Amino acid sequence: MDTVWGDNVAQNIAFYLIAAIMVGAAIKVVTSKNVVHAALYLVAVLIGMAGQFILLGAEFIAATQLLVYVGAIVVLFLFGIMLTRAQVGSDPDVDTTAAQRTTGGFVAFILLVVMGYAIYGTEGLSETKLPEERVQTIAEVSDSIFSTYLVPFEAISVLLLAALIGAIVLARRD
Amino acid sequence: MLLTNFLMLSSILFCIGVYGVLARRNAVMVLMSIELILNAVNINLVAFGTIHGSISGHVFALFIIAVAAAEVGVGLAMVLLIYRNRSSIDLDDVDLLKG
Amino acid sequence: MFFLENAWIIPAIPAASFLLILFFGKRMPRKGSEIGIAAVGLAFAFSVLAGVAWIDRVENPPPAAHDTEQVDEHVDEDHAEETEHAAADVVQVAASEEGGEGHHAVEPVTNSWTWWQSGGTEFQVGTFVDGLSVMMLFVVGLISLLVHVYSTDYVRDDPRYTHFFAFLSLFTASMMTLVISENTFQIITAWEMVGVCSWVLIGHWWEEKPNADAALKAFLTNRVGDVGLVIGMIILFFAAGSFNVVEINTLASEGALSHTALLAASLCLMAAVMSKSGQFFLHTWLPDAMAGPTPVSALLHSATMVVAGIFMVARMYGVFWEGLSIGTSSINALALIGGVTTLVGASLAFVQRDIKKVLAYSTISQLGYMVMALGVGAWTAALFHLFTHAFFKACLFLGAGSVSHACHHSFDMVADMGGLRKYMPHTFKTFMIASVALAGIPPLAGFWSKDEVLAGAQQLGDGGYPLMFVMGLLTAGLTGAYVTRMVYLTFFGEHRGHGTPHESPKTITTPLWILAGFAAVAGLFNLPDAIVPDGIAYRFEHFVEPTAAYFPSISHPSFSWGLAIVSTLIAVGGVAVSYGYWFQGRWHGITERNGVARAGYRLLENKYYLDTLYETVIVGAIKGPIARASYWANQNLFDRVVDGVGNGTVDGGRRVHKYFDRAVIDGVINMSGRSAEGAGAALRLIQNGRIRQYASLMFGGAAILAGVLIVIV
Repeated sequence: MDTVWGDNVAQNIAFYLIAAIMVGAAIKVVTSKNVVHAALYLVAVLIGMAGQFILLGAEFIAATQLLVYVGAIVVLFLFGIMLTRAQVGSDPDVDTTAAQRTTGGFVAFILLVVMGYAIYGTEGLSETKLPEERVQTIAEVSDSIFSTYLVPFEAISVLLLAALIGAIVLARRD
Repeated sequence: MLLTNFLMLSSILFCIGVYGVLARRNAVMVLMSIELILNAVNINLVAFGTIHGSISGHVFALFIIAVAAAEVGVGLAMVLLIYRNRSSIDLDDVDLLKG
Repeated sequence: MFFLENAWIIPAIPAASFLLILFFGKRMPRKGSEIGIAAVGLAFAFSVLAGVAWIDRVENPPPAAHDTEQVDEHVDEDHAEETEHAAADVVQVAASEEGGEGHHAVEPVTNSWTWWQSGGTEFQVGTFVDGLSVMMLFVVGLISLLVHVYSTDYVRDDPRYTHFFAFLSLFTASMMTLVISENTFQIITAWEMVGVCSWVLIGHWWEEKPNADAALKAFLTNRVGDVGLVIGMIILFFAAGSFNVVEINTLASEGALSHTALLAASLCLMAAVMSKSGQFFLHTWLPDAMAGPTPVSALLHSATMVVAGIFMVARMYGVFWEGLSIGTSSINALALIGGVTTLVGASLAFVQRDIKKVLAYSTISQLGYMVMALGVGAWTAALFHLFTHAFFKACLFLGAGSVSHACHHSFDMVADMGGLRKYMPHTFKTFMIASVALAGIPPLAGFWSKDEVLAGAQQLGDGGYPLMFVMGLLTAGLTGAYVTRMVYLTFFGEHRGHGTPHESPKTITTPLWILAGFAAVAGLFNLPDAIVPDGIAYRFEHFVEPTAAYFPSISHPSFSWGLAIVSTLIAVGGVAVSYGYWFQGRWHGITERNGVARAGYRLLENKYYLDTLYETVIVGAIKGPIARASYWANQNLFDRVVDGVGNGTVDGGRRVHKYFDRAVIDGVINMSGRSAEGAGAALRLIQNGRIRQYASLMFGGAAILAGVLIVIV
């Protein structure tokens, strides 16, 4: 095994494999005519994302990703789908007109070109390799949250509270 | 592994998300596309954080996950409300902003 | 000294009262109003004690070495040295400038604690007490106390009685926090707090749609200005590297900050002043805010909250002084806005039927006076006018409330009032005193402060501010005239409403008499030295105007008999013309006979078409012509091009092989047709209210911008 990460074949293979699954699933998320299927494809993307986080050495974030996204947000989506009585099975009305899809695809493509140009056009970026030691400990993260980023952390907790109350107020029948 | 791999993956997911936001009529599906966009941002943050040996990228990724949770909660509540008032979650029907 | 060093207690009392009323108010025998009155009474007593302590401090200033001790212990060593240094400098400067008049710097009493810190920047919270703060504490405390007492009767039997008192307490606490704020961050916080209280209290009777709309309008208009406030304070932070008011002002006054930064900051802050203090052209929310209960209008929308803008300019005067070159110009943005506002407000007050709207426009006009005074450099005159105006305008508002109490809760002067002087002697007398004070007739309060403002416009700056001076004089005449009209329609002539009006109870008339008393004598606090001996002349200036380093060295206008007589004559002239028109019935029907008068009346009646401008012209311009142009482009250009291309190609394509035709040409045509249609639709449908179109435009714009930036940079 070479010391340079770029030559770590197993990890590269893992990356490309997961990335391919993610991109494929993501495309299905935005093209599937079935709302429930789209939500399940989203699960695939999110799990793949957790895998990428592990490859990047961010295990805590990977765990959070699984817990919050796959565990909570997707369930929330499924509830939303049920409560709004979406048509089970394929529903042709989930997409906009072809013209608007073309516009959307065009805009997305332009964005991709711009970002790709930015990534590959920036000098030195394309040779940068990830460092070898990159396992992040939970202790480091918590130290940072509770010292440097204490105020944003508190703000986030207030935001969550506000979202909680807001969601109740909005969705409650009165 | 090259950094650009992760950046490119992030860009692709971001653009797919943008396409979803623009091409979907169903409000729940638009929200899913927004989740794709947020995740794409996360992978960028973590990758850059790892490169620079800084923990900040990771912390902000966590913050984004929290914000995304709040966003989905409120977003779905709004969708539910729209559905209750109009029996439809077609975003093209929601055009009261029309001047 | 205790009350100056521990000034935080003063806002803390009403803040505690807010919580107490909220949690226990409903269970109290008098539904929580007693907690509110007791708390505000205590806060007012402490404010008075703080005022006494401040007067003592000015009379017997502590030696300079003692001064630095007052500066917060938490501030690090070299900061303290810096302050000492600055203080010493100023003593010298002041001594040299005043020619050894014995005037020397009285340092403010400051105190601060670290609130929180983020990324190495510490955010402080603290108190900053000087003459200005003490004066504001006194005004806020007194008027809030009287309004509390008045409200026990005015909103009796209201379903949200307890809630009303809770928010009056919260407002008092926020306003008192604002006036003793030690740093700009705290100012922003308190500023937003009073805004929220204003929103809650205007919408107190939110069940009726106009009230809820008025509250929203007030809140949203204020948000426009608040953006300016935040941006301005951020600019100041990056220019001065501190949130501390003293530090920013000291640096600005010493000329240590770049003029451009100060100019940008003061223009941004002016946006906040324009919205909060109802300056032309963001004033439209203030008349609508009269939808709230009358005590609220008296407390928030005439005496205290709307002067927050004036207070903020006065507090950050070093910034404005340098940024707008107040001392060396003959016109600047602040003075111009103030001058225009005072004229616009006074003229609009003429055509209102609603007594509270007359008073609202009058408030706008008087606030314009204050802003103008600050703009011309007459700092003391502005604050003195704030002081006197608070009393007589609060008295007028409470009087209007008392009148409407008697007239079945109507505020319509033309339909439901008239002849009330016989039925309501106390209300009538107090209203008259306050009206005369507002009209600026000597020797009541309004005259002295208005005269100082005018003298400032005449004498200060680079050869005076002639335009503002003329505007101020014109307004003096207009003020006399609309006040006469208002008094006539309310109290004279025949009673036009139904039933017999009755005088209000003691809880209403007592506050009226106290305020009327202040309206009569408040002017005596700053008598010019041409009239009274030195020891009692210019007391207000002596105690309120800061002398320390954080305040620019401004000059003062001197009293002029000629100006005093001219301004009085103009005010009396305004009263006389109006008297002739209303009481004697002269020139009636002039709007029917004279085209110019009619056009003027219509312009005023439509409030200079400002609301129309906002609602129809600006919104209309965007959705009308632009949408039409896009539609036309879509219909005539895109469609024809697409049709032409489509038809032509289809004709040719027919002859080609079927699969080729189907697979390629049709596809291309459809694609080009659709994308053209999409582009056309995107243009035409900019105004269609569909979120996704907005999203496409946003993302597309972002992509293009990003591309441009990447390619260029």
